[in-house]
Amino acid sequence: MSSVDPTLNQEIMNSIVARYPRKRSAIMPLLHYVQSVAGYVTNSGIENIAEMLEIATAEVSAVATFYTQYKFNPIGEYHVGVCTNTLCAVMGGDAIFSALKEHLGIENDGVTADGKVSLEHIECNAACDYAPVVMANWEFYDNQTVESAKSLVDGARAGNPPAPTRGPNHLVTYKQASAVLAGLNDGLAGEGVQAGSPTLLGLNLARKMEGK
Amino acid sequence: MSTLTPILSAHWDDKDSFTLEGYKRHGGYKAAEKALAMDPDAVIQMVKDSGLRGRGGAGFPTGMKWGFIPQGDNKDHYLVVNADESEPGTCKDTPLLMANPHVLIEGCIIACHAIRAKHAFIYIRGEVTHVVRRVNQAIADAYAAGILGNGVDVVLHIGAGAYICGEETALLDSLEGFRGQPRLRPPFPAIAGLYAKPTVVNNVESIASVPAIIANGAEWYQAMGTEKSKGATLYSLSGHVNNPGQFEAPLGITLREILELAGGVRTGHTLKFWTPGGSSTPLFTDAHLDIPLDYEGVAAAGSMLGTKALQIFDETTCVVRAVLRWTEFYKHESCGKCTPCREGTWWLVQILRDLEAGVGTEADLEKLLDLCDNIMGRSFCALGDGATSPITSSIKYFRDEYIAHLTNGGCPFDPVQSTLFVGASK
Repeated sequence: MSSVDPTLNQEIMNSIVARYPRKRSAIMPLLHYVQSVAGYVTNSGIENIAEMLEIATAEVSAVATFYTQYKFNPIGEYHVGVCTNTLCAVMGGDAIFSALKEHLGIENDGVTADGKVSLEHIECNAACDYAPVVMANWEFYDNQTVESAKSLVDGARAGNPPAPTRGPNHLVTYKQASAVLAGLNDGLAGEGVQAGSPTLLGLNLARKMEGK
Repeated sequence: MSTLTPILSAHWDDKDSFTLEGYKRHGGYKAAEKALAMDPDAVIQMVKDSGLRGRGGAGFPTGMKWGFIPQGDNKDHYLVVNADESEPGTCKDTPLLMANPHVLIEGCIIACHAIRAKHAFIYIRGEVTHVVRRVNQAIADAYAAGILGNGVDVVLHIGAGAYICGEETALLDSLEGFRGQPRLRPPFPAIAGLYAKPTVVNNVESIASVPAIIANGAEWYQAMGTEKSKGATLYSLSGHVNNPGQFEAPLGITLREILELAGGVRTGHTLKFWTPGGSSTPLFTDAHLDIPLDYEGVAAAGSMLGTKALQIFDETTCVVRAVLRWTEFYKHESCGKCTPCREGTWWLVQILRDLEAGVGTEADLEKLLDLCDNIMGRSFCALGDGATSPITSSIKYFRDEYIAHLTNGGCPFDPVQSTLFVGASK
């Protein structure tokens, strides 16, 4: 019996498999691809991947459940992550996270009833010089406050989220971001800044010192 | 005073620094041309002579690592770039790749030539969508220009949220399509790495440093830095400072010098504790402002240079809260393979939660230290070791603050005071 999921594009999936010398290596991008179509990792997606890679569904599930970015229930069109690792937490991440929970009326890993926004506390996202950091669909929202984070989720619920601070000119949906994480090119790499000001701080100081 | 030396960051202020055109404008891909005309062993020798050491935390000499790859063995060789930047506080590779992904690709071409590999993989964490776009586009543009595909192929592999995959053998398991759990060593990756083939695993910044070394020569590079820590590197300053950001400087600069450049600790406040290289490196205090930030200097003072992630906390920060949060992180990220780490980090969290809430006795501090002693060095990888660093170092420097939680019956700090928006309208 074939386990092909008709909602998944087998051609795209085969092209992902073809990137690697050994096809099992394609599990992770294939799971991202399933999320780009379904919004989360579905059972039929797992079965399709297992058949394509000629391994057991249990092996695909074992991999999928190891990684926190794979979701097993529908999440928001805009998935919001608040960094509550030590540095961001201390500088305001804890306050932002509790304010968003109250504002949205959901808990950690919760989804708003309209399906627009889900919320998760996340670990260090490699942007500590922009703390406190919030991610939406894994795009950077730097130097956040309680107010700016509330505007982000309010905009997302109204279908009009603000643009990321270091990212494309508009915030893509969770499914669209998942396609990028599957390694598919959405043509938006050229948008947005090359660097924010903290990234350029040392360089700018060096130029000033040189000029003296 | 050490001066700043923008090399990797030299052109990050060009608006198109991330494009092929922007990269070529400043001589991009010329170093690869030069390296490809050299004997591979001469390239390895040049990197050895430069003194470049791994920038992912361990500081292992890069050229020596390349030299471990057996030659003439008729096996496929692989280069794997670790772009899974996740160590709390670490934020250098992510802005580097956003601003200039081509320097990494050029480094991959040179490294592949040196170790006789035809295939490079870039393993990037999955939580940075726009960085993924930039790297993917750069690879596509390099193929279209014929820079890739003529002897070297580069594949971008995107992770899915697991700190442990920054550990090189867990990364390899993950890249092979398994749960990301560390392997027992030996065999080391140089003998049996990706698909059990000879493999070099290097950090982004290490590989990105190679083109400039090839272009300017080993002598140029090793003229910077200190006796055993050569060259320049990215220091990432974050936390309670007036101006956080990236500082590219010769190894051996001190935190005092960097803080001066950054306009100091948050105005009206004083330095309390800091990490020299991420949360897995033992904490320092204001007594360590003049330690040279190189591999030897930091080690001699009882910590590790790590990723040069300088996280600054002022006197408003509760050290117990900070350490508890890091410990919860390690517990969450422990892959579960080794018992001392899996069970030990769980117990550390239980005790620290009580202590932060003012529950327990001073004997619990000894219990924490005893647990740390039993976690340290007893697992396949260093995650568990790293988990003990903030605990043992904070008890060493701030034992009184732990005890104050007990005598106070709870945390004596007001968390609002440590936020950036304290004093702003409510």
